[in-house]
Amino acid sequence: MESQTTFVSNLKRFFSRTSREYAILYILLGLFILLSIFADSFLTSENLINVVRQGSIFGILAAGEFFVIISAGIDLSIGSTAALAGIIFAMITKAGGETSIPIAIIAGLLIGVAVGFINGFLVSRIRIPPFIATLGTFLAVRGVVYLITNAYPIINLVKAYSFFGRGFIIGIPFPVIIMLVVYLIVIVLSERKKTGRFFYAVGGNEEAAYLSGINVNNTKMLAYIICGLLASVAGILLMSRLGTGQPNAAIGYEFEAIIAVVLGGVSFSGGKGRAINVLFGTLFVAMLVNGMTLMNVNSFAQQIIKGVVFIVAIWNDVVRNRSDR
Amino acid sequence: MNKNILEIKNVTKKFPGVLALNDVSFCVREGDIHALVGENGAGKSTLIKIISGVYVHDSGTIRFEETELKNANPIDCIKMGISTVHQELRMVDSLSVAENIFLGTPIERKTAFGNFIDWEKLFEESQKLIIPMGINIDPRTKISELSVAKKQIVEICKAVRRDAKLIIMDEPSATLTENELDVLFRIIEDLKKRGITVIYISHRLEEIFKIADRVTIMRDGKHIITDDVKNVTRKTMISHMVGREIEDIYPKRNEPGGKVLFEAIGIERKGVLHNINFVLHEGEILAIAGLVGSGRTELARALFGVDKINQGEIKIKGVSKQFKTNRDAIRNRIALMPEDRKAQGIVSEMGVGSNITLVGIDKIIKLSFLNPKLEQEYSKEYIQLLKIQTPSWNHTIKNLSGGNQQKCVLAKWLFVDSDILIFDEPTRGIDVGAKQEIYRLLNQLASQGKGIIMISSELPEVMGMAHRILVMHDGKFTGELIPERTNQEEIMHYATI
Repeated sequence: MESQTTFVSNLKRFFSRTSREYAILYILLGLFILLSIFADSFLTSENLINVVRQGSIFGILAAGEFFVIISAGIDLSIGSTAALAGIIFAMITKAGGETSIPIAIIAGLLIGVAVGFINGFLVSRIRIPPFIATLGTFLAVRGVVYLITNAYPIINLVKAYSFFGRGFIIGIPFPVIIMLVVYLIVIVLSERKKTGRFFYAVGGNEEAAYLSGINVNNTKMLAYIICGLLASVAGILLMSRLGTGQPNAAIGYEFEAIIAVVLGGVSFSGGKGRAINVLFGTLFVAMLVNGMTLMNVNSFAQQIIKGVVFIVAIWNDVVRNRSDR
Repeated sequence: MNKNILEIKNVTKKFPGVLALNDVSFCVREGDIHALVGENGAGKSTLIKIISGVYVHDSGTIRFEETELKNANPIDCIKMGISTVHQELRMVDSLSVAENIFLGTPIERKTAFGNFIDWEKLFEESQKLIIPMGINIDPRTKISELSVAKKQIVEICKAVRRDAKLIIMDEPSATLTENELDVLFRIIEDLKKRGITVIYISHRLEEIFKIADRVTIMRDGKHIITDDVKNVTRKTMISHMVGREIEDIYPKRNEPGGKVLFEAIGIERKGVLHNINFVLHEGEILAIAGLVGSGRTELARALFGVDKINQGEIKIKGVSKQFKTNRDAIRNRIALMPEDRKAQGIVSEMGVGSNITLVGIDKIIKLSFLNPKLEQEYSKEYIQLLKIQTPSWNHTIKNLSGGNQQKCVLAKWLFVDSDILIFDEPTRGIDVGAKQEIYRLLNQLASQGKGIIMISSELPEVMGMAHRILVMHDGKFTGELIPERTNQEEIMHYATI
C-alpha cells in the first residue's frame, strides 16, 4: 500500500519535473495525435518516413545551431554554408566521378569548418556581435556560391551520390541515420564532455567562465566551427536528395533550424537547454509542415504559421527568463 | 509635530530563496532628514526600490502623502514626488549636465516646423538649479567629465527640478572625500530648509549623528527600531544593526606564519596602479581598504592575471612569475572571489555541483568523459565542508541565498587547492548570519596556512578580521596599519589623503 503511494508521488514528481524540462516532447505528442485524427494520410509509414527524412536536414542544422545558441551566440549563415558545401561536393564529384567522392566529402566538410572558423573569429576575436557577423557571412557565402556556379545548377551528378540523400539502410533513410548519429554525438558532447560544459558556462555567464580560467574565445570559436561543420554535412545530404547542385538551395533554412532550437527550450540568452529537445523541436517543425501540406494549407499561410510558432516559442523563453529575476 | 509623508505598513518582499523584507512598518515625517541604516543584506536597498517603484511588494501597504503606492512604476513615483539618487549614478554620460537634469522633459521652443530644443533656456534653467547648491558646475559640461561628487549634485538638481518632495539618497557618502562630504551635508541641510524630506542611507554612523533627525534601523529584512537620533547612542545603534555585541561576530585570529607566500614588487598599470609593493605571509589575512574607485578591484584583477601589468614583478614563494592570462595565475594556485557574485562569480543557470567543479573540471574526468559519480562525490564533499545549504547537490545555483552562493564560489577554488585567495568584498549583499560563517571560513583557511587578501569597504570587517591593513587611494598604497593600533577614522584619513 505504502509503496504504491510513493510510486504515485514519484510519478507525479517525475511528470511535474519533466513537464518543464521536456515540454516540447508533450507538445510534439499532442501534435502527433491531432494530425493522426485530422490529417488523412498522416499516419502511414510512408508519410512518417517522409516526415523524418525531410526533418533530418533541418535536424542536423539545428544540432549545430544548438551549440552556438548555448554559448550565447547565433549563426545566421548555416543555410549559405550548407549550399556552398553541397555545391563544392557536387562540382568535385561531377569533375572526378565516383572515385572522387571521399575527396569531395572532405572538401565539403572543410568548407563548413572554414566558414565556422571565420564566424568564430569575427565574434570572439574581433568582437562583432554574432547577429551582425553571421549576417555578413550569410550574404558573402551565398555570393561565393553564385560566383562559382554562375547561378546555374550543377546537373548530371554521379549516381552513387544520390544514395546520401535518397538511400535506405535497413528501411531507414540514410539522412535520418546520419541525423541520429549526429544527435548521439551532440548529446554526449554537450552532457558528458568538458567542451560541452564549457559551452554552457560561457553562454550562461561569460565573465564568470573567464574568471574561472576557461578560454572563452576558443570555446566560442569551437561552437561556430562545429556549427559550420554540421551545416556542411546537411548541405551535402540536401544536394544529394535534390539530385542537382542548386545554388539557391537551403535559403531560409537557418530560420527553420533556429525555430527548432528555440522550440526545444534552448534559451536565446545562452547557457540553458538540452540537445535531445532540439531533436524534438525539429520533428515538431517537420510534422507541422507536413500536416499543413496534407491538409492543403496554402504555402504562404504556412509561412505565417511558422512565424507565429517561432514568436510564441521566443515569448515563452522571454517570459521564463523574466520570472527568474 | 509634523505629519507623516511616508507610511510603510507590514511590507513583505520575497525573492527566490531570500525573504528580503519581513513585515516592515515605520513612518517618515515630513521635512525630516531620516536616516536608514543596517548592514548589507538588511533590506534597505529592497525597501527603497519598492518606495521608488522599481520592485512591487508582495504584501503590506505604502502610503505617500495619503496616497497608496500600489503597483506603481518608477515614473508614477517620480510624478508623485519621490526621487532617488542612486548609489551607482544613473545618468547619460555622453550628454551634458543640463540635458541630464532635464532628461525626459526637455525645454522646447515651438516653431513652424515643430518643436525644437531651446538650448539657451535649457542652460539658463539648469544654472538656476545649480547655483543654490553652492558649487560651480557648468551646465554645458559632459557628465563623463565630472567627479562622482559633482555627478551626485547633478542628480540632486534633477530631483529638485522634478519638484521632489522626498529625495532618497542611497549611500551617497560611499565614494566621497571629507571635503565633498561637507558640501553634500550643506546641500542636504538646504533641501531640508526648503521643506524637502530626505531619506539618507549610510553605513557610517558618525554621519547619521551629524545630520539626521530620525533614524530607522533594519536587520535581516526586519524593522528593528525607529527613533529620534538624539535618543539613541552609537553603541545601541550598532547592537541593533548587528543583533549582538560586535566583538563576537569576528572569530579569534591565529598568528600568521613567517614564510612569505606572495610578493608584489613595484607593480604598475598605466593610469590605474602605481608602485604597488607588498608581501603576504602564510596564514595571513591582509586587508586592502579604501574607497570605491581607489583601485582595489583593479589591483585584484592585475594580481590575478586578468589585467596586464606594465611594470613590476610578482613572486610566489620567492620565485618570480609572469601571468599572461588568469589561467597562469590559477595554475599558480591564486584564486579570485570577485566583487559582483552574480555577474562574475557564479553561472546562475548551472547547478551547484557544476559550479563547484568548473575550475577543477579535469578532476572529474575519467577516460576523457565527465564522470557524474565523481562530480557528485566531490560536490557533496565541499557542500558538507563549507556547510552549503542546498536542496540537492546539483540544484540550480541561482535559487540559493547570497551567502550560500558565495560559499560555492569559494568551494570552486578550494577544489583546486588554491592557496592565495583574493576576496573582493567577500560579504557584500549577504545576511549577518552568513557573514559570520564566511568570517569563520576565512579564519579557518588562514590557520591552514593559506594567504588571504581581503578587499573590503566595511571598516568593522577590516578591523575585526585582518592581521594587517593596507589602505589604497588613487591606485597607490597610502598607509599600512595594524588593527590593534588604529581606528576607523585613521583608515578613512589614509583613504582620502
